[in-house]
Amino acid sequence: MGHHVDETASFYKATHTVFGHHESKFLQWIFTVDHKRIGILYGIVMMIFFVVALGTAGLMRYELMAPGADFFTPAGFNQAFSLHGIIMIFLFIVPGIPAIFGNIIMPLMIGAKDVSFPRLNLLTWWLFLAGASIALYSALSGTGFADTGWTFYAPYSIKTDTNVVLILFAAFLLGMASIFTGLNFVVTIHRLRAPGMGFFKMPLFVWGIYSTAWIQVLATPVVGITLLLAIFERVFGIGIFDPTKGGDPILLQHLFWIYSHPAVYLMILPAFGVISEIVTTFSRREVFGYHAIALSSASIAGIGYLVWGHHLFSSGMSETAKIIFSFLTFFVAIPTGIKFYDWIATMYKGSIVMEAPMLLTVLTIITFAIGGITGVTLAAIGFDNQVHDTYYVVAHFHYVMLGGVVFMLFAGMFYWFPKVTGKMYNKLSANISIWAVFIGINFLWMPMFFAGYLGMPRRYFDYLPEFQIYHQIAGIGAVLVIGSLLMMLWNFIRSAKNGEECGENPWNGTTLEWHLPSPPPLGNFAKTPYVDFRPYEFEKGEPKVKDVYQDTKKETK
Amino acid sequence: MSEIIYDKNNNAHEVTDFNDDVEGARQGMWLFLFTELMLFGGIFITYAVYFFDFTDDFVQASKNMNLWLGGLNTVILLISAGCLAMSVVFMKANKVLESKRFLLATIALAIAFIVVKYFEWSAEFHHGIWPDSPTLRGMSDGANMYFGLYFTLTGLHGLHIILGIVAMFWVLGKVNNGEINAKKFIVLENFALYWDYVHLVWVFVVPLFYMIGLSTGGAH
Repeated sequence: MGHHVDETASFYKATHTVFGHHESKFLQWIFTVDHKRIGILYGIVMMIFFVVALGTAGLMRYELMAPGADFFTPAGFNQAFSLHGIIMIFLFIVPGIPAIFGNIIMPLMIGAKDVSFPRLNLLTWWLFLAGASIALYSALSGTGFADTGWTFYAPYSIKTDTNVVLILFAAFLLGMASIFTGLNFVVTIHRLRAPGMGFFKMPLFVWGIYSTAWIQVLATPVVGITLLLAIFERVFGIGIFDPTKGGDPILLQHLFWIYSHPAVYLMILPAFGVISEIVTTFSRREVFGYHAIALSSASIAGIGYLVWGHHLFSSGMSETAKIIFSFLTFFVAIPTGIKFYDWIATMYKGSIVMEAPMLLTVLTIITFAIGGITGVTLAAIGFDNQVHDTYYVVAHFHYVMLGGVVFMLFAGMFYWFPKVTGKMYNKLSANISIWAVFIGINFLWMPMFFAGYLGMPRRYFDYLPEFQIYHQIAGIGAVLVIGSLLMMLWNFIRSAKNGEECGENPWNGTTLEWHLPSPPPLGNFAKTPYVDFRPYEFEKGEPKVKDVYQDTKKETK
Repeated sequence: MSEIIYDKNNNAHEVTDFNDDVEGARQGMWLFLFTELMLFGGIFITYAVYFFDFTDDFVQASKNMNLWLGGLNTVILLISAGCLAMSVVFMKANKVLESKRFLLATIALAIAFIVVKYFEWSAEFHHGIWPDSPTLRGMSDGANMYFGLYFTLTGLHGLHIILGIVAMFWVLGKVNNGEINAKKFIVLENFALYWDYVHLVWVFVVPLFYMIGLSTGGAH
């Protein structure tokens, strides 16, 4: 990096690259090692795939508007829900908030100049891109996209003749990207906090990212080896999941969920972190129960390892194991409940400002609570056997994933958009799209709780006529959800160009990123702040600490 | 050039520079080894499940293994890990030439390990044993699982050895151009950690695949 680069210029104007100096703007982007640019690169690729998966969901809803085959062949429908699930999980929700905001915002929040391993950070994006490309290629070549669902259950996944090996390998690469991102973040949070910032002076979003990063490091390799074993099974016929050779297909389910259940907490913990930031900023009050929120993230991450068996209540498992898994699953609700009450207590007697991020967050607390409480009902073994593999489970899952993670990802986009671009989004459009998506999700998924309870199985392209009314209401919801999410994306694209200048701190936020110019300079902090204050100190509704960044005199020895 | 900042009481605090953070690099390597542990852990737990299901078959199948070749490879890896440790010790003492010699010895031993492994696998193929082979399909379910796991685990372990050899040539390049020296040797030290880990996996492979067949009575 011998070439001189101006560290105080906006990160859009100047950058460090992994090798050499490039004239081309495009090369400057794809070889950048700046955490802010890498976060944006992740965001762009993810949003493209998000729109693809959203479109697939729309087509499935179109198919389900009436009984019988309308649009898809039965096999095509299987490929469609697999594509929707695999893209949404592996390419959007799992990497989502950590790869975008963990990259862009977390180092700013702890007063760091970058992550610990910037080149490794770029490598993760390339691995992500490779995984995404292979997934795309598998859809367009040969026998087409896998039709196994995103869970790859054996023995079907080792028998079907669709492109399963390619998608398994793609998921393996995406897993590697996730592992290295987590590794990078753990070391960054350990090593690069600004002097004075102890663990309990970190913003709660950083706590969320920290807990998530540990799950990424310790759980993702298990799915990595599971995917490899499934590949070996298909390519070499080793037989580990093949009952005709003495193997046990249920073992794949166990191994898969040992990762994938912690992974759902990996998806939600950063979203919880975003909620803590937004609720605090827009209530103009110090967060209620800081330690409780921080440690509940860590304990959710811990307990989350021990509950995977609740995905297998009807797969064949000993009664003792079922009862233990059921009990432990109920247990996860406790730290989650603690967070909810803390957020509500933070809002209580605060001077709430209902800007778009706060509006979406408050509505998310409602939708996530619906998803969370129905999740608790699913932890009960008897009830789970009744609704297993029905739309009840799918509705629960979408209330927590769409109505939790995705909503909070978009709330985070509204919240940090001014910081990252220096521009304000269109507030009217934001509010309309937020209300529309909230109404939409309830139309889309609330009827499915009832349909599922009455026996509508998931993943079917056809259904009995008595279920049509539920699917038609859901169809209206789907139009609202898809339309409003696209409206949000359009809002960001437009406003990045034409939005009003927003200044350094449009929300009166207290955490360190709001002390930087918008957009931040390449080197982040010209002078690293000494952090002798708590992350959320308000005085009469105004941030108390004002001058950590004003003094730009750089002292070096 | 490290940045120094002052708090209100004018106490100096040094800001950690991510470009030159040995402790960070060390933590990163340990975290990477945790992920490797979970990766191989997935196979070991699968082994545990099938060993529980097919104990007698596993013991019988294990008798097909050449204990001498397995033992030889154990000794080779053990000495290679010692060599790499010596390489680090000499580098710290600024004896670059000695350090380099021990690194080369490690590379040679790693290659020897792969050669022995090649002969072992060839012998098994010669007996008609490879995944999904007609001979193997004719054997018991337990033997099928045993060899499935054997090829998976030793294959993945062998891949780690081969990647290690590639990485050692890269480390050697850094020693030659002076990027690794008596003051900055974290890359070498981190690689030695990786190599110890790869060696340690083998220490578990040997009893689980080669030595269980030694029991003459069989399991009950």
